[in-house]
Amino acid sequence: MNGQGKTPDHISQAESIRSAAASKLEANVPSLSPGILKAVWAVVWKDLSAELRGREMLSAMLVFALLVIIIFNFALELDAKTRAAVTSGVLWVTFAFAGTLGLNRSMAMEKDRGCLDGLLLAPVDRSAIYFGKSISNLIFMLIVEAIVLPVYSVLYNTNLFKPGLLLVILLGSVGYIAVGTLLASMAVQTRTRDILLPILLFPVAVPVLIAAVKASSGFLEGIVFPEILPWLNLLIVYDIIFLAVSFMVFDYIVEE
Amino acid sequence: MKSKPTMLKILDIVTVLLLLAATTMVFFYAPLEAVMGQVQKVFYFHVAAGWVGMLSFLTAAFVGVMYLVKNDFKWDIVGLAAVEIGMVFAFINIVTGSIWARPIWNTWWTWDPRLTTATIMMLIYAAYLMLRAGIEDPNRRARFGAVYAIIGFLSVPLTFFSARLFRTIHPIVVGTNQPGAQGSFDMTPAMLQTFLFSLLVFTFIFIDLLWHRIRLGRLSSRVEQLKLKSLE
Repeated sequence: MNGQGKTPDHISQAESIRSAAASKLEANVPSLSPGILKAVWAVVWKDLSAELRGREMLSAMLVFALLVIIIFNFALELDAKTRAAVTSGVLWVTFAFAGTLGLNRSMAMEKDRGCLDGLLLAPVDRSAIYFGKSISNLIFMLIVEAIVLPVYSVLYNTNLFKPGLLLVILLGSVGYIAVGTLLASMAVQTRTRDILLPILLFPVAVPVLIAAVKASSGFLEGIVFPEILPWLNLLIVYDIIFLAVSFMVFDYIVEE
Repeated sequence: MKSKPTMLKILDIVTVLLLLAATTMVFFYAPLEAVMGQVQKVFYFHVAAGWVGMLSFLTAAFVGVMYLVKNDFKWDIVGLAAVEIGMVFAFINIVTGSIWARPIWNTWWTWDPRLTTATIMMLIYAAYLMLRAGIEDPNRRARFGAVYAIIGFLSVPLTFFSARLFRTIHPIVVGTNQPGAQGSFDMTPAMLQTFLFSLLVFTFIFIDLLWHRIRLGRLSSRVEQLKLKSLE
């Protein structure tokens, strides 16, 4: 996004959300109809196309993630022996930091240019905005992870491409983003917004980070599946609880 | 603002008397624990403070839901009051626990599930207070506070569960439920009575403090309204 040039895109996207909502009103169907899916998709598409043209957020997240890994390399002296034990921890700290960066940026962008007001004006269920923003944030986080994993594999000559690990990364990212999107939309509306998001998010995200780290290292170290299963269950429970609660309370966050 | 209600005055006096009685019971009625000696007496107020902490945070989450449903400002005042009281008692809980742990576990701190959860819980409510401090609009502050109190309280059991799972997979076990627990003991009837009485007394303290803090909250919201009015 290069400043002014993108504003018309946002407006046209907001228009399409509005028309999606209008078609929903005409059909007079309850929520979770094709109308709301269309609205969710419109929000996701708006974020993706804005990011495709500017690449501001993704590049920042990526460079930051790589920097974190490099710092860890020297801070922990990641030789072959240490590495086996701490790889999953390093990966998840990297993802969590990069995720916070992306979340903050993604919501600040909406707030700064008055786009959020435009979205809120659309006569569509507010949860469509929440799910739309969550999905686009999740996509950005997954893209960063998809680039960090091979880079880490090459740098440290380990194979991280195990189906189990990929599943853990997906589950962990969903939980982190579900609660992160909600808290980021709160944080950007405060005076101390630049510093507040990690302070709000990390203590609440502790279970998902512990479970993700343990499950990841379980898969990396080849521990038998029944011992990893409780962690996967915990991740799934966390995802479901926080998606549901965020969906229920998001209305109150953006209410004006 | 009305002057202090008579009921509150009575409650103040009753609470102070009960606290004196509980202290007396702890030191003179409850027998000395055979292995741990005097330091075990911290247990009565330690658990009671933890109980008040949990009760406060539960209250905050509950009134958070009430605020979002009813949109009535009085629930917000109760929520903030409960969180502040909860912070104080959670802190007392951790400090008294450390005092006990030093001679019994030979360390001030260990990453036991309960200790971990208590610390993260305090961090959550510290974040709650920082969130509120960053918002000027009273309505938004109340809404965000309510939402965060609910989200935070929901994550506490999950944190406890994940910390416990963390420890059961690892061989180091310090916790009362596991067979390797260190510093557990069986309570005699006199100990049990003292313990239950302490819980009751601390619940009284909680109600009394909450009442005072709610009155203070009402006053401060009135001051805020007057300030806004004078600016207009």
